[in-house]
Amino acid sequence: MTTISTRLGSAGSPGRDGSTPPEVRRTAPLRRVRSTQWAALAFALPLLAYLLVFYAFPLYRNIDLSVHDYNVRAFVQGNAEFVGLDVFRDVLTSATFPTAVRNTLIFVLVSLVFQYATGLALAVFFRTSFRLSAVLRGMFLVPWLLPLIVSASTWSWMLNGDNGIVNSALQAFGIGQINWLTDPSLAIWSVTIANIWLGIPFNLVILYSGLQNIPGDVYEAASLDGANAWQQFWRITFPLLRPVSAITLLLGFVYTLKVVDVIWVMTTGGPANASTTLAVWSYREAFGTGQPDFSPAAAVGNILILVALAIGLVYVQLQRRQEKQP
Amino acid sequence: MKRIPMPVRVLGLVGAASVALTACSSGSDGSDGSDGASAGGDTTFTWWDPYPQHEDGSDWDKRVQACGEEAGVTIERTAYDTTALTNQALLSAQEGTSPDIILIDNPAVSTLADTGMLTTMDELGFDTSAFDENLLDAGVVDGDTYGIPIGANTLALYYNKAILDAAGVDPATITDWATLDDALAKVAAAGRTGITFAGINTEEGSFQFLPWFWGAGADLRQLDSPEAVQALQLWTDWLDKGYAQQSAITNSQNTTWEEFLTGDFAFAENGTWQVNSAAEAGFETGYIQLPAMDGGGAPAPTGGEFIVAPVQEDTDRYETTSQIIECMTTTDGLVQTAETFAYYIPSTAEGQEALLAEHPELDTWVGAVQDAKGRTSDDLGTDYPLISEQLWTAVQKALSGAATPQDALTEAQTAAESATS
Repeated sequence: MTTISTRLGSAGSPGRDGSTPPEVRRTAPLRRVRSTQWAALAFALPLLAYLLVFYAFPLYRNIDLSVHDYNVRAFVQGNAEFVGLDVFRDVLTSATFPTAVRNTLIFVLVSLVFQYATGLALAVFFRTSFRLSAVLRGMFLVPWLLPLIVSASTWSWMLNGDNGIVNSALQAFGIGQINWLTDPSLAIWSVTIANIWLGIPFNLVILYSGLQNIPGDVYEAASLDGANAWQQFWRITFPLLRPVSAITLLLGFVYTLKVVDVIWVMTTGGPANASTTLAVWSYREAFGTGQPDFSPAAAVGNILILVALAIGLVYVQLQRRQEKQP
Repeated sequence: MKRIPMPVRVLGLVGAASVALTACSSGSDGSDGSDGASAGGDTTFTWWDPYPQHEDGSDWDKRVQACGEEAGVTIERTAYDTTALTNQALLSAQEGTSPDIILIDNPAVSTLADTGMLTTMDELGFDTSAFDENLLDAGVVDGDTYGIPIGANTLALYYNKAILDAAGVDPATITDWATLDDALAKVAAAGRTGITFAGINTEEGSFQFLPWFWGAGADLRQLDSPEAVQALQLWTDWLDKGYAQQSAITNSQNTTWEEFLTGDFAFAENGTWQVNSAAEAGFETGYIQLPAMDGGGAPAPTGGEFIVAPVQEDTDRYETTSQIIECMTTTDGLVQTAETFAYYIPSTAEGQEALLAEHPELDTWVGAVQDAKGRTSDDLGTDYPLISEQLWTAVQKALSGAATPQDALTEAQTAAESATS
C-alpha cells in the first residue's frame, strides 16, 4: 500500500515523495473551477428546462402516439396498446401515401424553385435604387404580412371555376373555363401557385440583404473587364450569394413542408385527395374527420420530421464543406 | 476523491431536473382531477355548448342560467366552436376534468359514449320515452341511451319562386327524382342554373348527399349498392348537364346559401336554419321536402345537438344534472330552444304540436324531421365517421370526373370495410 501511495505521490510531482503540498496545490484550483461550473449550469438550467418541456416532451409524445394504437377510447382512458411499427406500416402501405408524397414533392419543389427565382430576380432588380423603389419594395411584402386565412380565401375566390376573376380575365382572351380548384389534375398546381405568391416576400427580403453584403467594387472591376449584366449575375452575384441562398432554401423547405392552412382553406385537400400533401393528411386524420385518428397522424408527422432532419443534415454538410474551402 | 467528469455531472443534473418535472406534472394532474369536480363547492356546475354566437347575457344564456337556478346551482357556461368541441370533450375526459353537461352535435355522441366518458340516461334516472325514436336513435349505443336531443333540424329544397314562375315550373309537382329533373331541365331551358348544393370533402358534404343516398333506398353499410350508384349518378348528371355548377364540389353549406341568395339559382339544398334568411331574401322563396327517388319525402339526416352528461367522480352531482336536463327539455323548453336556434324542431310530439300552434308555417319542416334519420342510428355509432369520410371522397371523385360513380363507390366500400373492421 505504501509503495502505491508513494508512486502516486511521485506521479504528481517528479522525484518527490507523496505528501500533502502537491495535492493542496491541485485541489485549490479545482474548487475554483467547480464553483464557476455550478454558476454556468445554473444559468443554463432554465434553458434546459424550456428545451425539455417544449421540445423534448412533445417529440416524445409524438413518437409515443405513433407506436401505440390510439383509438378514441384508448386516448381517453389512457390504455393504448403498444403496436411497434404497425402504424407506420399501415401509413406507408395506405392508398393515400403515394398520392400524398407525390403532391408534397410537387408542392414543395415547385414552390421553392419559383419563390427563389422570383425573389432573386426582384432582389437584383431592387439593387439599383430608383425613385419610389423603397415603397415598391414595401408593397412586395404585403403577401407576407397578410393573415394566411385572408390570402388563402382571396385566392380561393379568385380561382373559383365559375365566378372567379382569373377565369373572367382568361375568357376575355378566348380561353374556356378552367376549373382551378375542382379539377383533380389542376388542384395541386393551383394551391402551389398561391403558395409561390405567399413565399416570394420572404425570399426577396433575405436575398436582398445578402446582396447588400457584396461590395460594389467587385462589379466595377467586372464591368471594366467587359462583363455584361448576365455574366455579372451568373459569375459574381450568384456564387457570392451561396451561403444566403442555402439558408433561404433550407428555411423555405422546412416551412413549406408543414403548410396546411393554405391548402385546407382552398381545397381541404380535395377533390378526393388530389391536393393532399403529407401535412394536410396528418391534419385531416387528427382533426378533419368526425373520428380523431391520432396514431396515423402522429406517424405521418414523424415522417415529416425525419425528412426535414435529413435536409437539415444535408445543409450542415454543405456548410462544413464551404468552410473547409480556401 | 476522484473528480466526477463534467458530462456525467450535467447528465445527472438534467436527469434530476426531468424527474422532478415529471413528478410535479403528474402530481398536479392528479390533484387537478379531483379539484375540478368539487371546485367552488357543490353549487357550480360546468356547461359546455357549441353556440359561441350566444354570448353571456343573451336569451339562450339566460335560459341556461335559469335552469341552473331552478336546480339550485350556478351554471358556468363555456361556448366552443362546434368543430373543436369533440376534441375538447375528449381531452377533458382524458385529464379527468369533464364538465357536468355538454351539448354536442349528434354524430359525435356515439364517439364519446364509446370511450366510456358518458353516463347513460338510465343511470341518471331519466325517462326517455316521450322523445321521438328516430331522433333519439343517434345517441343509442348497444341499447343504451347516452343523451337527449334538444331539437333537430334537417335539409329541404328551397326554391326561388320568381325563376320557377318564369320557367313554368310548379313546385307542388316535384314529388320524385323524375319530376325534379324535368323541373331542372325547364329552368335550364329558361337560361338559369338549376340547383346548388354542398359537395365539399368534409362532413357537410356527406350531410348534403345523404337525403339522395337514403332517398334511393341505399344503406350506409353498403356504399356500392345499385341504389347508391343511382344517387351519385343523379348528382354527377346534374353537373354534366349544367343543372349545377362546378363550384358545388368545393361549396360548404354557407357558400351554397350565399349562391342561392344571389338570385341566380332555382333550387338550393339547405336547412331549417336558413328559414329567416330566406324570408329576407330579395325574391320570393319557398321550400319543399327533398323528394325520394320513387316518391314521397326522402329521409334526410338530422342536425342538432344532444344534451349529454359526462361521468363525474362525485356521483351525487347526477341528481342535479338530471334536474337541469329535465328543465331544458320540457315542452315549453323545447319550443324556446326551437325559436332560439332558428327553428330546431322539438324532439317530442308534444313539443312539435306546441311549435306548430305558434308557427303553423313550419309544418313542412316538422314533416321532414319526422321522416329524418340520425346519421349514427342503425347502430352505426362510431363506424359512421369512417364511412362518411369514404362517402364524401367518392362523391368528390365522381363529381370531379376522376372516377365513374360505380368505381368511386366500390373503392369507397372497400376502404370503409377495412376501416371499420
